[in-house]
Amino acid sequence: MRAGVALVRLTLTGFRNYAALTWRPEGRVAVFYGPNGSGKTNLLEAVSLLVPGRGLRGARLADLARRGGSGWAVAGRLSTPQGDVDIGTGTPPEGPADRRVFRLDGAAPRSQAEIAGRVSAVWLTPQMDRLFQEGAAGRRRFLDRLVYALEPGHARAVAAHDTAMAQRNRLLAEGGADAAWLAGLEDAMARHAVAATAARAALVQRLNAAPQEAAAGTFPAARLSLCCPIAARLAGEPALAVEDWLRAALAAGRAADARAGSAALGAHRADMGLADAASGLAAALASTGQQKALLIGVVLGHAALLAEARGFAPLLLLDEPAVHLDPDRRRALFDALRALPAQVLLTGTDRETFLPLRGMAEALRTGGDALARDPEFPPAPG
Amino acid sequence: MGGPEVERLIGLLAKLPGLGPRSARRAALRLLQHPEARMLPLAAALAEAARAVRPCGHCGNLDSRDPCSICADGQRDRSVVCVVEGVGDLWALERAHVHRGLYHVLGGTLSALAGTRPEDLNLAPLLARVGAGGVAEVILALGATVDGATTAHWLTERIKPFGVVVSRVAQGMPIGGALDVLDDGTLAAALRARRPF
Ligand SMILES: [Zn+2]
Repeated sequence: MRAGVALVRLTLTGFRNYAALTWRPEGRVAVFYGPNGSGKTNLLEAVSLLVPGRGLRGARLADLARRGGSGWAVAGRLSTPQGDVDIGTGTPPEGPADRRVFRLDGAAPRSQAEIAGRVSAVWLTPQMDRLFQEGAAGRRRFLDRLVYALEPGHARAVAAHDTAMAQRNRLLAEGGADAAWLAGLEDAMARHAVAATAARAALVQRLNAAPQEAAAGTFPAARLSLCCPIAARLAGEPALAVEDWLRAALAAGRAADARAGSAALGAHRADMGLADAASGLAAALASTGQQKALLIGVVLGHAALLAEARGFAPLLLLDEPAVHLDPDRRRALFDALRALPAQVLLTGTDRETFLPLRGMAEALRTGGDALARDPEFPPAPG
Repeated sequence: MGGPEVERLIGLLAKLPGLGPRSARRAALRLLQHPEARMLPLAAALAEAARAVRPCGHCGNLDSRDPCSICADGQRDRSVVCVVEGVGDLWALERAHVHRGLYHVLGGTLSALAGTRPEDLNLAPLLARVGAGGVAEVILALGATVDGATTAHWLTERIKPFGVVVSRVAQGMPIGGALDVLDDGTLAAALRARRPF
C-alpha cells in the first residue's frame, strides 16, 4: 500500500552535522544506521521540524545550526493526495539565528495551522522509554502530538489555554486583581480546556475502538486512557455544562490557586494511561521492553486511524525502535511496518537488526556529513 | 556612506513598519535624489501632521479635529458604537464601509504578562458615552486571541449594567492590526455575523 503523504526529497543546509545534504527516499521505509553521534537522529529531527513545533528533540533554535554556522534550513518536498507540496523551515535569510520561519510552496504561510493541515508526523524516541517513570507532562505531550495529527486546531486550543492560565497565575500572584479580568481569563481557560479535553478524549476513544490488530499485525495492542477530571465530566455532561462548572470551580479556587502558585484545574492537569489491551497490564508496571512495545502499538494504531480519518497517514519517525525489543517483537514490528500505509524512517546502531527489512526498505549508513546507500538493501517498488 | 545625516535618515526610516534596512536605504535614496519634489513636501507634511493630529477626546481616533470627523458626522448612526483595539482597525473598517455607527478605540487589550492593566486602556470616555444614554448597541470587534477575548469579557461586565446590547463580531476575524489585510466582503460578513455576548 502506498503512503498518502510521502517525503520525496529532503534537503538540509547548515543543519546539525550536515553542511549540505539532499536525500531522495526510494521507498516507503528507510533505515538509517551508524554509530552513536553519526547523525541518524538529526535526520529524523529535520523531518520532524517540517511540521510546526519544536521537533523530536524539543531543541532550542540556537542548537539547530551547524557548529560555526549561524543559519540553518530544512526543506522537504512531499507528495500528497492533493499533489506535491514544498515545505521549508529555518532561520530567516537575513534574520537572527534565534528566529524560525516557514515556507509553504515558496511563500510565507498564513499560519502554521496551514502547514499542519497538509502534513503531520509522529515519533518515538529513546527518551520516551522513561515516559512512564517521569511526570505527566511528557505523557501529555505524547498524547497531544497524536491529537494534533488528527486535529490541527488542537495545538491552538492547548496554547490558548496555557496563555490564559499564565496570565491568571500572574494576576493571582500580584494580588488585588480586577475580578472581571480574572473571570475573563477563567472563561478563556474553561472554553479552551474543554475543547482540548474533548479532542484528547475523542482520540483516545477512537484509538481504543480501532481494530488495532489489523494495523499492528501481531504487535501487542495497547489501551489508552485519559486521567483528567474534565474528561470525566465530559463523559456524562454536555460540553457547555462542563465549561460552566470549570468556570465556577476556577473562580472558587482563586485563593487556593494563588497560594499554590498554579491552577488546580485545567487542561494542564491531564495524564495519559496506557495498558496492554489483552492482559490489562499497566505500562507503569511493565518492563522497559513491554512499555516500548505498547508505545509502538499506539503509534502504529494511530497511523492507521489517521490514514482512514484524514486520508493520509502521518510520517512515522522511529528513533532506535528495536532497542529493548526481543526478537519476536522486532519481527512483529517489521511485519506491521509492511502492512502500514505510512512512510516510516527508522534508526539503529546495528545494521544486522534491520536485515529482515531487505526487500521492503532502503538502508543508509550515516557518518561524516553524508549518507551512503547500502547496496544490500535495494530500493523497493514504491 | 553619505555621512551622519544620511545614516540617521536611514535609521529612522528603517524603524517604520514594513520597512527593513534595505527598503529604508532605497526610500532614503529616492528622497535624497529629489529633495525639492519629494523630501521637503514630505518633511512639511510630517511636521504639519505632528502639530495638528491628536487623539479624538470622544473615540480615540486620530484626526486634526476634536471631535474627529467621524464623531462630528451627523449622518452616522449614533446608537451603535463599535469598539476596536487600535486606530488601524478603525481605519480598516472605515475603508470597507461596513460600519455606519460610531467607534471607540480602546488602545490595547488587557495582558497581565505584557503589563497592560485596566487603567492603561481608554475606557472612561466609552462608559461616559454609554452612561449618557442614546447608545443601544456596543459591538466588540476585538481580536480572537486570548487577550482580545478576555478584554471583551471584561468590557462586557463593565457595559452590561447600563442596559445596552453588547455583541461581538464573528470569531476567527483577525483584528489588532491584522484587520486591514482582510477584503471588504470578509469584513462585512464578520460584522453581520456578530452575536450577543
Ligand atoms: Zn472621534
